[in-house]
Amino acid sequence: MANTKNNILEEVTQSEYKYGFFTDIEMDTAPKGLNEDIIRFISAKKKEPEFMLNFRLKAFERWKKMTEPDWAHLNIPPIDYQEIIYYAAPKKKPKLDSLDDVDPELLETFDKLGISLDEQKRLTGVAVDAVFDSVSVKTTFQDTLKKHGIIFCSFSEAVQNHPDLVKKYMGSVVPAGDNYFAALNSAVFTDGSFCFIPAGVRCPVELSTYFRINSAGTGQFERTLIVAEEGAYVSYLEGCTAPQRDENQLHAAVVEIVALKDAEVKYSTVQNWYPGDKNGKGGVYNFVTKRGMCKGSHSKISWTQVETGSAITWKYPSCVLLGDNSIGEFYSVAVTNNRQQADTGSKMTHIGKNTKSTIISKGISAGFSNNSYRGLVKISKMAENSRNFSQCDSLLLGDKCGAHTFPYIDTQNSSSIVEHEATTSKISDDQLFYCLQRGIDTEKAIGLIVNGYAKEVLKQLPMEFAVEAQKLLAISLEGSVG
Amino acid sequence: MITEATLKNKVTDLYKENKDRIFSNDPPEIRKLREDAFNRFLQLDFPTTRLESWKNTDLRKVLEKDYSIMFEPENGNVDLDRIFRCEVPDFDTHIISMYNGWYAYRDKPLIKLQNGTIIGSFGQAMKEYPDLVKKHYNQIAKTDINGLNALNTAYAQDGIFIYVPDGVETYKTIQMVNILDRDDNLFVQNRNLVILGKNSKMTLVHCDDSHNQHASFTNTITEVFMDEGADLKYYKLQNLNNDTSLVNSAFFHQEKDSNLATFAISLNGGLIRNDIHARLNGEGSHADVMGLYLLDKDQHVDNQVHVTHAVPNCTSNELFKGILDDHSSGVFNGHILVEKDAQHTNAFQTNRNILLNDKAMVHSKPFLEIYADDVKCSHGATVGQIDNEALFYIKSRGISEYNAKLLLMYAFAAEVINEISIQPLKDRIDDLVKKRLRGELAVCDQCVLHCKNQEQAYEFKIDMSKI
Repeated sequence: MANTKNNILEEVTQSEYKYGFFTDIEMDTAPKGLNEDIIRFISAKKKEPEFMLNFRLKAFERWKKMTEPDWAHLNIPPIDYQEIIYYAAPKKKPKLDSLDDVDPELLETFDKLGISLDEQKRLTGVAVDAVFDSVSVKTTFQDTLKKHGIIFCSFSEAVQNHPDLVKKYMGSVVPAGDNYFAALNSAVFTDGSFCFIPAGVRCPVELSTYFRINSAGTGQFERTLIVAEEGAYVSYLEGCTAPQRDENQLHAAVVEIVALKDAEVKYSTVQNWYPGDKNGKGGVYNFVTKRGMCKGSHSKISWTQVETGSAITWKYPSCVLLGDNSIGEFYSVAVTNNRQQADTGSKMTHIGKNTKSTIISKGISAGFSNNSYRGLVKISKMAENSRNFSQCDSLLLGDKCGAHTFPYIDTQNSSSIVEHEATTSKISDDQLFYCLQRGIDTEKAIGLIVNGYAKEVLKQLPMEFAVEAQKLLAISLEGSVG
Repeated sequence: MITEATLKNKVTDLYKENKDRIFSNDPPEIRKLREDAFNRFLQLDFPTTRLESWKNTDLRKVLEKDYSIMFEPENGNVDLDRIFRCEVPDFDTHIISMYNGWYAYRDKPLIKLQNGTIIGSFGQAMKEYPDLVKKHYNQIAKTDINGLNALNTAYAQDGIFIYVPDGVETYKTIQMVNILDRDDNLFVQNRNLVILGKNSKMTLVHCDDSHNQHASFTNTITEVFMDEGADLKYYKLQNLNNDTSLVNSAFFHQEKDSNLATFAISLNGGLIRNDIHARLNGEGSHADVMGLYLLDKDQHVDNQVHVTHAVPNCTSNELFKGILDDHSSGVFNGHILVEKDAQHTNAFQTNRNILLNDKAMVHSKPFLEIYADDVKCSHGATVGQIDNEALFYIKSRGISEYNAKLLLMYAFAAEVINEISIQPLKDRIDDLVKKRLRGELAVCDQCVLHCKNQEQAYEFKIDMSKI
């Protein structure tokens, strides 16, 4: 373990953005711009049924009437939505049967990312659905999952093969007109993942997708839909990286989770989009709408996120606790360095009786960055005996950065209890001194302390991710000392 | 929407028609300020729920009513004895009073004491001490943050002016009483200016009262300048009838080593909004911002507290507690801003609420905005109910549920009351809170003014020996 940590810290001292390579694969792209024709083009390209096209067009109508949200503590440079390519797919041959059919260059990309499909398949037993610029390339472990009746495939496949399920659940948690970016996504989303766990099934492996933005000037608009039927369980991992580019790339995703009675969904994200260079040039705009609906009683949805990337993050994974006795959880570590900006947090809406929610958020800001927690806990009239606990801590490294906390608490029920607490501090000199006098240099000591600070959240991550997340934390903070 | 426009139109027309009277006391610079502020009001309009900071406070009903606006004080029929009849027992205060928005006095509108302290009418101070007023007037208040502040700057003709010279400690507590008593609905805009010199010290008790059941709308700005080492204790008591609306904006500017303690105690009122802005502008300064709100019926209290740490080595502490019953709603919006380089800041913020039923509502927003790294900031917010186990314990000792709840609510409120450092005032507020919790604090039985007849301190009639 000690050895691993040393490695981590060694990497820290050297690396910049290590995922910043660019894969040269022939792309099939749509012309720049956004209008009805583009949407029809995307829909036709994906051979979608009528209801999908209608859903998209309706969302586009709503989007045209909306304005970009400006309430977040972010400085978002104007985005020209007509300058974005809304569809970019690797030029794809007919459906692939085995890994051998996949473009070797693409496989190499995944190798570099450290998620070699092959290796994952053999060693870790994780089923991976990799999304490479919007089109899902390969889904592993289909057979194992099929045995249990689990559907785990790309969104477009789901549209083709399970239109009823898609029709029933798509937009039921995040409606097409929910907010500006969700509406944009609903209009132009290209692919994503679909996951359906039938009643009573406990998914034997951890499902995983990797998102990566590759070609220049594209936006990534993926859409994930997870449905857990009565008594089902699934743990879902999502990882994100993007190549290093000067211009900003837009990522506006939607994730919807539906948990029926007694179901449990655990959703973990390690977000490591390209954050831009030291002067804030380039980087991904990450504007994501994630929401889970605890529809049935005793259901549970748990979000865990490690956010180290993106130039701008605007993201509030939330839970609607509709079923009685349902549980919502949110664990987050958000790191910002250099010129990064993050406005992230969670929304817990308590509607059912005896519902419980927990929010643990750890923000770390360094360099010239600004890191905000923004969260809402809403207890409705009917939510008797509901309970919330929120803790939002911020750690400041350096005196040029900012750490902010904007919690909103709305309570309408007298039998519920809501607690919120937050602290802001820097790394204590005592802790640092202790490490130093044991011969650990400052940078390493900070790596250690930060990891300890974030431990509460990191321990929520599945094993494979926890190691990666630790590394990411350390890398993100590289050069922030002094 | 149409009615909203009406009050706006009304104040616009009246402003234009009555410029002569509004400007009558003004030095020319202030005349210009008014004109600018009025134009700003025309742009900003009355705040609506579309503004983030007014999201939970809806003024539409307040603005719908028809108000009369006075541009001159009423002559003759001010019942001075009625105003000055009471004081807090054992509590020697110097009472100054606003009656329907105008400074009420026996002899002179502005008194200069031997030690140099000046107390009196703000309108008069503009005439007699224009330099002193100009130096601080509208320097601390922010008139561009909402339309009401701008409107106040344009309209306000009178208010209270206090100047305490360097090194002077006012030997008596100053009590400002703001009374509304008229046969129609009144829209009042007052402007108070308090200037504390170096190492001066003052205690100020500020009461808002209504003496009848008419709806009225008060929009007050209080600006307080605290020079180096100044010490101010500022207690604000609000006990108004349920049709009254009060928007009270207080701006504090603190220089080096100054010490501020402010309390906002809302006992009754239809709609109360307290905007408190404290700017810690000199090293070593400290601000305590406390509040207590006890609400029932359809009452609404909105406390907005902005504490800005502009320089290093300052401390601030916020504590707001509320008990809400019936259809009442409470809002707490705390905002601590630690500016760049304001290192070694300690800032704390706490908001606790008890909801007594499911129709009451609480919105709590404890914000932190921090741009310096060597700081200790924390905030906490809770919403809950009376602890059932504690209730059971008391009931098991043979005390009725009603009394047990009273005790627990009182204990909850006591955390704020105990912070009051002047014993007689603390006792008095303690009494008021107890009465209020029993539902015995009537609007006609107003606030601190009536306490002279109070023989002894109020106590719950509960046999405590059982516990």
